[in-house]
Amino acid sequence: MSTQVTTGLQVRRSVQLTIDDQSVTVAEGETILSACRTMGKEIPTLCYGDTITPKNACRVCMVEVEGSRVLVPSCSRKVEPGMVVRTDTERTDHSRKLVLELLGSSVDLSLTKNVARWNTEYGSEPTRFGKPAAPTNHRDEATTGHHHVADGSSVSNVLQPVKIDNELYIRDYSKCIMCYQCVDACGEQWQNTFAIGVAGRGFDIRISTEFNVDLTDSACVYCGNCIQVCPTGALMFTSEHNMRDAGTWKEEEQTQTDTICPYCGVGCALTLHVQDNEIVKVSSPSDHSVTHGNLCIKGRFGFQHVQNRAE
Amino acid sequence: MVGLATVFGAGGGTSSYQEVETTDLIVMWGSNARNAHPIYFQHVLKGIHNGAKMYSVDPRRSETAQWADLWLGLNVGSDVALSNTIAREIIHAGLTNRSFIENSTSGFAEYAASVEEWTLEAGSKVTGVPGEAIRELAHALGNAKTAQICWTLGITEHHNGVDNVLSLINLALLCGHIGRPGAGLSPLRGQNNVQGGGDMGALPNKLPGFQDVEDDAARTKFENMWNVTIPSKNGWNLTQMFEAMEHGKMKSAFVIGENPAQSEADGAHATALLKNLDHLVVQDIFLTKTAELADVVLPGSASWCEADGTVTNSERRVQRVRKAITPPGNAHDDIQIILDLAALMGHSWKYDSSEHVWNELRSLSPMHFGMTYARLADLGGIQWPCFSEDTLEPSYLHGRLWAQKLEDRGRLAPFSVVIDSPPVEKTTPEFPLRLTTGRRLDSYNTGVQSGGFQSPLRMAETIDMSPEDAVSMGIVDGEIVRITSPRGTVDAPARIDDGLRPGLVFMTPHFPDEVDTNLLTIEAIDPKSGTAEFKAAAVRIDKISKSDIRVPVAGE
Repeated sequence: MSTQVTTGLQVRRSVQLTIDDQSVTVAEGETILSACRTMGKEIPTLCYGDTITPKNACRVCMVEVEGSRVLVPSCSRKVEPGMVVRTDTERTDHSRKLVLELLGSSVDLSLTKNVARWNTEYGSEPTRFGKPAAPTNHRDEATTGHHHVADGSSVSNVLQPVKIDNELYIRDYSKCIMCYQCVDACGEQWQNTFAIGVAGRGFDIRISTEFNVDLTDSACVYCGNCIQVCPTGALMFTSEHNMRDAGTWKEEEQTQTDTICPYCGVGCALTLHVQDNEIVKVSSPSDHSVTHGNLCIKGRFGFQHVQNRAE
Repeated sequence: MVGLATVFGAGGGTSSYQEVETTDLIVMWGSNARNAHPIYFQHVLKGIHNGAKMYSVDPRRSETAQWADLWLGLNVGSDVALSNTIAREIIHAGLTNRSFIENSTSGFAEYAASVEEWTLEAGSKVTGVPGEAIRELAHALGNAKTAQICWTLGITEHHNGVDNVLSLINLALLCGHIGRPGAGLSPLRGQNNVQGGGDMGALPNKLPGFQDVEDDAARTKFENMWNVTIPSKNGWNLTQMFEAMEHGKMKSAFVIGENPAQSEADGAHATALLKNLDHLVVQDIFLTKTAELADVVLPGSASWCEADGTVTNSERRVQRVRKAITPPGNAHDDIQIILDLAALMGHSWKYDSSEHVWNELRSLSPMHFGMTYARLADLGGIQWPCFSEDTLEPSYLHGRLWAQKLEDRGRLAPFSVVIDSPPVEKTTPEFPLRLTTGRRLDSYNTGVQSGGFQSPLRMAETIDMSPEDAVSMGIVDGEIVRITSPRGTVDAPARIDDGLRPGLVFMTPHFPDEVDTNLLTIEAIDPKSGTAEFKAAAVRIDKISKSDIRVPVAGE
């Protein structure tokens, strides 16, 4: 335990712990999740993103820690010397099955990576509660105490129409798992624009602009840093949304190329997603020292000038 | 670049973006980075959240100023007066870093004498900033352990832009805010490869790697590699080229990726000179207004997504750009176009890739030598200087100034005596308003690139004015008015902006086809950098009747 791990300019002490009977040494300040990833061990995550401080919202990454009465969220729990962690017990598996079933029965997870595989792995059956309730137009009007316990004839959910109020991106809150990442990216953690926040309580909780105005009447500056962190496809480039609607979105045929933004002199790293020689989406590497995955409206959406080609 | 190169011998920002996150004091001078450099400003916001104080020095109470602890709203073009006043206050309050001045700088006595006349009262009178606010910034600079002084075109686009930069460097030298982690000078470049153009020798007095054209040894190295004779005298900068066109000394031009017909100050004059050339060749990805004047147009490729290469950002980070899409029609890679032209002129240049060109550059420019393509990819870019393939230098420049031994400190950093010089064009009873220019968040320069996408934020060009001026002239928000400078006239809708002080009006260069702002701006040039005074023209605003509107306005 006297080893030192050098990360950049800082020298951090190392910590030794045991995960699933295997001894592992990582830098102080790492989380159980990052220690597991170092070992090549997969822990399911939904609300976790590598540029945002975890909110521990989804509870799908829970693990057992010896001496702890309850399961702990691996995404935010820091490693401690001598810690004994179990990631793959009956209790952790049962917990994950429950989370995947409750979320899967109430939210459209069709574009959330790995969910189908995890459902199989943990024996989760999100459809077993019955017929889903019809989509509603009224989720944004719900006030505290508004939501009543369902009568059992259908399964409560958050299905609702897609919000399309500007040319650049859409909001499909049927897919929102309330991970808070978009709120944190828009707020103090990165963009500091505070155009969106969390409204409502309990099952009626939702992401909203102030007074639920359209984005065009909100403080939004269209940086798209919320799209970058959204893990479920609830926030999406309009170009991607339209292509998915038309059945022409072919992710397996797309290439991803890293380059640098053509606008100001900051030098933001872009990842261009290209299909059939067209840029269809722009993201930014989350581990880049300039951007940490963030861009402004020009970097995120200002690519069209190279493909307004004469027919 | 000229100011930093003069004092420190290297024309680049001295700090890294991450250092602004941990510094004690951030001064945003002539920079609305919140809008013009949004991702740099995210690093600034980290600094603010970590406890740094932030001061905004800007004629406008901009989106950046709204995050500041204190906004110093100075008169346009009074930057030298303000910095000299700050300097005198730091000196008189005993807040200078005496050992740094003694060990690592030269010319302090002369400089101190030159700012002596700039009392808080005198400075306040010229700058319009209350003396107490000047005093507060001076003491903040003097007391901070580390400070970042950041600037943009609000400093450089003046007839004395280089002097403005030198005056900010003086403040850093006074307090030792240079050459340490978190302490330094950060010019934010306006375009994605301004720094890289300089790195690669696209300056009339430099070879690649900032080696001097007039240095015989440097020139010989390049001559041996290229097997040609390089002219031994510095060339012309852009402004001098336009002067040479005017005097008939320059008869042809090869313009690559620039739109001077619309981006130059006093645009009508620039266009006339370009039209008058015997031969004009333009290589661009669009048929720009400049290309429309050309005898030959060579369709190039978009360097950031249709070609491979490198660019350098404002923290001296060299990064790879990569080809992601194929350019349309007959457009070719810019390197290929140059090779084809060379071949037609009888020179067989053999380069099989951008990496091949880059490796030649590495062999000629020691500061780039350690940057192989493989390392640039692995490390997310590399900041210069990078002298070897297995090391990286510190993230800040000029640590040498703090060396224990005199011989390790290199050339001591000279203070510069800088004299206040107000904008060339004074406001007069005929032209009583000061026009300054800048960018909006979602648009960029002449709009050639940013005009390609739909922005929910975009509004057509406006003339922004203070509520006080609007009231006194009887102008309402949205009313189309006529703006006249000694050079030209445009019509645009008025927009009331309470971030502007009486007497100050603001426009952008983003929509030249509808409202050509550069018909108004003045071609007053800084002789040291060749940059024009886009930031200060004198104008008049007149009310007009609807039938009288003569320039088409977008949306009308």
